[in-house]
Amino acid sequence: MSGFNLYSRGDKVFGVVNATLLTLFVLSTLYPFIYIAASSISSGLAVTSGDVLLLPKDITFAAYDRVLSDPVFWTSYANTLFYTIFGTLVSLAIIIPGAYALSRKRLIGRRYLNFFVAFTMWFHAGMIPFFLNIRDLGLLDSRIGILIAFACTAFNIILLRNFFESIPESFEEAAKMDGANEFTLLWKVYIPLSKPALVTIALFCIVARWNGYFWAMVLLRDEDKIPLQVYLKKIIIELNMDDQFASSLINSDYSFETIVAAIIVASIIPVLAVYPYLQKHFNKGIMMGGVKE
Amino acid sequence: MSSSNNKISALGQTLRTDWQLYLLLAPMVIWFIVFLYTPMAGLQIAFKDFSLFKGIYGSTWVGFEHFQTLFNDELFLRSIGNTFLISLYSLLFAFPMPIILALMFNELHHAVFKKTAQTIAYLPHFISVVIVAGMVVSFLSPTTGIVNLVLEYFGFEKTYFLTNPEYFRPIFIGSTMWKEAGFESIVYLAAIAGVNPSLYESARVDGASRWQQIWRITLPSILPTIIIMLIIRIGNLVEVGFEYIILLYQPATFETSDVISTFIYRVGLQGSQYDIATAAGLFNAVIAFILVYSANRISRKLSSSSLW
Repeated sequence: MSGFNLYSRGDKVFGVVNATLLTLFVLSTLYPFIYIAASSISSGLAVTSGDVLLLPKDITFAAYDRVLSDPVFWTSYANTLFYTIFGTLVSLAIIIPGAYALSRKRLIGRRYLNFFVAFTMWFHAGMIPFFLNIRDLGLLDSRIGILIAFACTAFNIILLRNFFESIPESFEEAAKMDGANEFTLLWKVYIPLSKPALVTIALFCIVARWNGYFWAMVLLRDEDKIPLQVYLKKIIIELNMDDQFASSLINSDYSFETIVAAIIVASIIPVLAVYPYLQKHFNKGIMMGGVKE
Repeated sequence: MSSSNNKISALGQTLRTDWQLYLLLAPMVIWFIVFLYTPMAGLQIAFKDFSLFKGIYGSTWVGFEHFQTLFNDELFLRSIGNTFLISLYSLLFAFPMPIILALMFNELHHAVFKKTAQTIAYLPHFISVVIVAGMVVSFLSPTTGIVNLVLEYFGFEKTYFLTNPEYFRPIFIGSTMWKEAGFESIVYLAAIAGVNPSLYESARVDGASRWQQIWRITLPSILPTIIIMLIIRIGNLVEVGFEYIILLYQPATFETSDVISTFIYRVGLQGSQYDIATAAGLFNAVIAFILVYSANRISRKLSSSSLW
């Protein structure tokens, strides 16, 4: 490359401005996390008086003691794990065979079946008919209801179907030659070949299950069944409106703010723990089939 | 007659040889029928005087009465207005952001910095809306929130942002952008990765600056992706993140924050007026469908990209 001037002065200025703006963007993305983490281990008084901006002050774990001693917090945490693990398994058990069958060119009525799935991306009955349907099915306030009623999305099925379609048909022919039926073909050939796509879809399911709150809030009445996000909503949003509760906490070791911060940190930690693994895969997954021209 | 008989026998034939394939397909088809298509039959209560005792099918028809009620209801009309304004503003401000970010990431040549920046930019997407709302509440709190502490330091008055209708839209759109803009840039980065590198090489030989390369090569190359994302966005216009709005709004800000979906939630799920809320939902769904259909039509006319 010597002798060939790759970048002019204008290009260099451009590069510096670009890097600076991105640095600012990254810092503003990061700052709320840092602030919440710092508040969670600061004294209630320090947070209330505005001494905590970046670094924690008067370090104390009082807020965590208070949060972690609430049995409902642990119940909801366990429920979220349950909904996430089994919900994802239910989703995959329906999505994988369905997407596989849709990807077979000889499937009769394939065009109609594809439309049958994709149509729900553009039109759905809406909140109330969906709710009444769940009620009529007897799935109100039911753990099983939460597991199955949110198992599929058209988007995930189409993503996986596209991936299966991209696998050369010669694999199928070879396996059929060896006497494989559809089940062994899917299990022994297509699933192992589709690992990146399957991991991506599993991740989408996991993230949706872990973060879902709205329908859990609407469908579950029993406190023993609520997931973490519904518990968080009760503490963070509802209690915030309750001035009396908030002011009753000020001036002790912890305040309403530090408790909220501690709850947020406690519920983000698992996400952060699996995040590096997540990131490795979704990049690839989205590139694969999210948008097709 | 005979051709349809042939079809039926052909179908019988494939069912016999390919029964395994249909067995694999069955759970998904049943799931779609039970959880997505059956509720569509429930849409009829938008035209009925719904009674819990008589059920969906036993209730009496009332025609368009509920729609008349809705369109005489100022609160519903207000929610339509708010839905469109919030959608319009997020189209103007939030939609271009991930495109700009992707272009900026792409111009970053330091590999470690690039990777770190992207990792951090994607992170908020994985945080739940409940937590984001919690952070917003905590940052904007009138007594202890950091925003007000800073305002006070510079001699401004403290404001309770979340009870002031004027601030609702900027807060909603701003925090949604914080959460999603980074992650949404992935799609555009994927599109940029597919651009033929020789285009850049020849442009550089011709002496094009980096700015010119973005305008002349990168942007036009990812235009199909931008259009498809725009169509999807337009289809979702009437959905406007209501799960997040429910967490963030309060009666004091309903004037600017109450959208069609939150109206349906309050009237239907909280107020048990199922028939009226279903009518509102049907209106919502039909508008969404018309929007995405027309966006797709227009895009197919103007360019070659479309969703179907």
